[in-house]
Amino acid sequence: MLRFILMRILQAVPVLFVIASLTFFMVRLAPGGPFTEEKTIPKEIQERIEKHYGLDQPLWKQYLNYMGNLVQGDLGPSFKYPDFTVGELIRRSFPVSLQLGLAALAIALALGLPAGIIAALRKNTLLDYLPMSTAMMGICLPTFVMGPLLILIFSSGLGWFSPLGWYTWGDMILPSLTLGLYYAAYIARLTRGGMLEVLNQDFIRTARAKGASESRVVLKHALKGGMLPVVSFLGPAFAGLISGSFIIETIFFIPGLGRFFVAAAFNRDFTMVIGTVLFYATLIILLNLLVDIIQAWLNPRTRLE
Amino acid sequence: MRFLCSTFVFLFLAACSRPPTNVETGARDQVLHLGNGAEPQSLDPHLATSVGAHHILAALVEGLVGEHPIDLRPINSGAAKSWISETNTIDQVIYELTDVEGNQTLKNLKVNAKSHNQVVFTFNLREKARWSNGDPVTAGDFAYSYRRMLNPGLAAQYAYMLHVFNNAKLFHEGRKCEGLWLLPKKGEPTRRAHVAHPAKWEKLDAVGRHRALQSLRPEKENKDAVCPFCKKKLEPLDWEDWGRAKVGVEALDERKLRLTLENPTPYFLELLNHYSFWPVHQKTVENAGARERRDRPWARPGTFVGNGSFTLDEWSINARIVARRNPNYWGWSEANGTLQAIHFYPIDSVDTEERAFRAGFLHNTQTVPPHRLDSLRANHPNELHIDTYLGVYFYRLNTKPPKSHPKGEPWPLADRDVRRALALAINREELIKHVMKAGQQPAYYFTPRGTGNFFARDQFKYDFKEAIREAKRLIAGYLEREGLKEMPKIELKFNTSESHKKVAVAIQQMWKSELGIKNVVLDNQEWKVFLKTTELMNYEIARAGWIGDYNDPNTFLDMWVTDGGHNNTGWSSEHYDELIKLAAAESDQKKRFEYFHECEKILGEEMPMIPIYIYVSSSLRHPSVRGWHPTVLDHHPYKYVRLEE
Repeated sequence: MLRFILMRILQAVPVLFVIASLTFFMVRLAPGGPFTEEKTIPKEIQERIEKHYGLDQPLWKQYLNYMGNLVQGDLGPSFKYPDFTVGELIRRSFPVSLQLGLAALAIALALGLPAGIIAALRKNTLLDYLPMSTAMMGICLPTFVMGPLLILIFSSGLGWFSPLGWYTWGDMILPSLTLGLYYAAYIARLTRGGMLEVLNQDFIRTARAKGASESRVVLKHALKGGMLPVVSFLGPAFAGLISGSFIIETIFFIPGLGRFFVAAAFNRDFTMVIGTVLFYATLIILLNLLVDIIQAWLNPRTRLE
Repeated sequence: MRFLCSTFVFLFLAACSRPPTNVETGARDQVLHLGNGAEPQSLDPHLATSVGAHHILAALVEGLVGEHPIDLRPINSGAAKSWISETNTIDQVIYELTDVEGNQTLKNLKVNAKSHNQVVFTFNLREKARWSNGDPVTAGDFAYSYRRMLNPGLAAQYAYMLHVFNNAKLFHEGRKCEGLWLLPKKGEPTRRAHVAHPAKWEKLDAVGRHRALQSLRPEKENKDAVCPFCKKKLEPLDWEDWGRAKVGVEALDERKLRLTLENPTPYFLELLNHYSFWPVHQKTVENAGARERRDRPWARPGTFVGNGSFTLDEWSINARIVARRNPNYWGWSEANGTLQAIHFYPIDSVDTEERAFRAGFLHNTQTVPPHRLDSLRANHPNELHIDTYLGVYFYRLNTKPPKSHPKGEPWPLADRDVRRALALAINREELIKHVMKAGQQPAYYFTPRGTGNFFARDQFKYDFKEAIREAKRLIAGYLEREGLKEMPKIELKFNTSESHKKVAVAIQQMWKSELGIKNVVLDNQEWKVFLKTTELMNYEIARAGWIGDYNDPNTFLDMWVTDGGHNNTGWSSEHYDELIKLAAAESDQKKRFEYFHECEKILGEEMPMIPIYIYVSSSLRHPSVRGWHPTVLDHHPYKYVRLEE
């Protein structure tokens, strides 16, 4: 087990290295630089600013410098916000995205799992069709429709919540719900599928034959196996959730990482782009590792080797 | 399950007891909540570059003069209690770079002595003016600030604004050699003191001097430029050269600041309200090591020291910036504003901002989504404000084919008649009525009317039917001259945005239906790609907008000088360049305006760009905000603002 985890972490190092290198060169291929503005500045000034950030050096040298700093954990200064470093911006905005992501995940699991289980148990009844068609709608309805819709009802209409911001606990509800509902729909459908497959298996029949109660059959025996597809979905989904959602953060004006992630690319904030990409990549790698471990625990047939 | 349900119900109920909105508590606590567009890059006045940053800095820092809250005219509500300006006549030696006959022989080179009117301002600073840490605001602070801003080492984007000071451009862009005197990078050295190796210079005859200067012309200037006298590599000036460059900025004593201008610049006092002229606290900047460095963040809560009516209290990036009333500010006894704090929200989504306003989260929005205008007019007529704004929306026309253009193929935009025809065939009234909808002004001139009291005349306004007849005639003439059957393909580029697209589609349609130009292709590009395309002049027609930096026609018209940094159309007119120079040297406002009218006329005839409409600033504002007036630059001195129930 320990060996497996160590191996995976060691494997991650070259992956991250390749990602950092590719991103480094790709952002520089895009036309326009961080200091290209509508009100153009004198060329000489532009050159001096570029010199300040080492952008006047040959690309290979910039690359070596960047990588050298990266190894020491320094993601460099943000070109767009000279008063902040990339590390600091991520440190400030990630907790917000993490809170939003966790709340959304809690909602997604709380709604999706029971809906999926009930639908599987009452296959082809109203209790199956209703949650499943709602879930289908949830998947089809993009967050940029769901968000304003929830604002329209609960904020503009009923006046229960603030339509934007991240200042009080109440502010968390609408954005988490918007983001969570979307994932809840997926989870419900995946749970239903997984459960149906497991419920038809022999060991479930055996359990029932032994006289185990229905709740025991479902929760103790079937759920563990039925969760497998959900768990493999959750790894990358969770990384996506907590690294911030650009759309949700823009609609609800939330100071999370997602807005930086997208804005950095538009601003050609080179260091910020690489910083956020690397951060996201690391999250995905770690969470995938976690998923593998959980799956091995859920399904003894898979081995961690 | 039961636990989850009860948690939800609890959260719901907790949230249902709705707290009062910002607008409701605002009047009670005198806290103003403002939507402020994009997050400012920096709050260091010397590194800030955006309108949003201006809105925040206007609360935190104060320049020499203040702005009248209604019409923004400069008044003595700033750091200076009073000022006087005097005009001195000085003799100046001019080495003309072209000869008398206008041809290239060097024999008839002129060396002229010309008298020159120099305007000198002396500002008396207030004894009561204090920085937020209690230090007095001194003339030295301003001199230090201007020196820092102009110091090439800082590479401040807006340093060129300070070129109004005598010799400032020289200090900022000049080159030096071996610690000797200075050679300007661009233009002629017009004063003896600026020439390197004065002894050697004295010995040269006119031809020799001309040659020496020629070797320093901008087109020959590069990183490896050498001194024509000693052949050593030229270096940019540095902090220590300030005194030798004799920049027209001088602290006479603690309270007296003398500013000498390069040209009369009648709009100088207005200019002082641009943040590039605002002071920084010397000790703070020096302690942070930020004199020449961009990455030493001193302009953050805790370290920021300003002299404005508010101080920086919180900067949560992408969430809000909070400015709190500065109790040390001298002017609270005179201004009638009652604000205790201002919250600036960097809401860049216009839809989110509008929702925020309707929910009572904001007192004032930065803008209004165009598609909501009709509904807001109907439902919020008292809160919707549409005011004139110093900005013009136009299309650049590339008058020179780019290198990639196949030789021999026609380039219609090189033809003046085609450019005029395209401009004539746009029905601006219809465009504004059906597409823009916010009551923008149709632009038949370039400088928005009323800019520094300058009212540009219509340059190409006819009855639309007549305009079309004229445009058709011009196009037909062009086709005949070129021996073409129909107009070649024209590409119209714009940066990706729904509203730019709408305008482009409408204009494409107008050119098609009115002029029969079938082949107008629209191409949208991501913002930075678009900027690069325009800069490299890889376009035929490109969308553009220009917002005035200060309230004077010069901010609009000087962009069209030959090779101007924002010209980017390849268009050039010697007469035009001359007029801009004359206007700069002229102190009589009436004469200056005549030059500017002439400039507008040339633009109207030559049409290197097509003006389309004059911007408006549209915003939503809660009626409780008092002392907030519509102004052309969208500046609102906060010390006069009150919130009433």
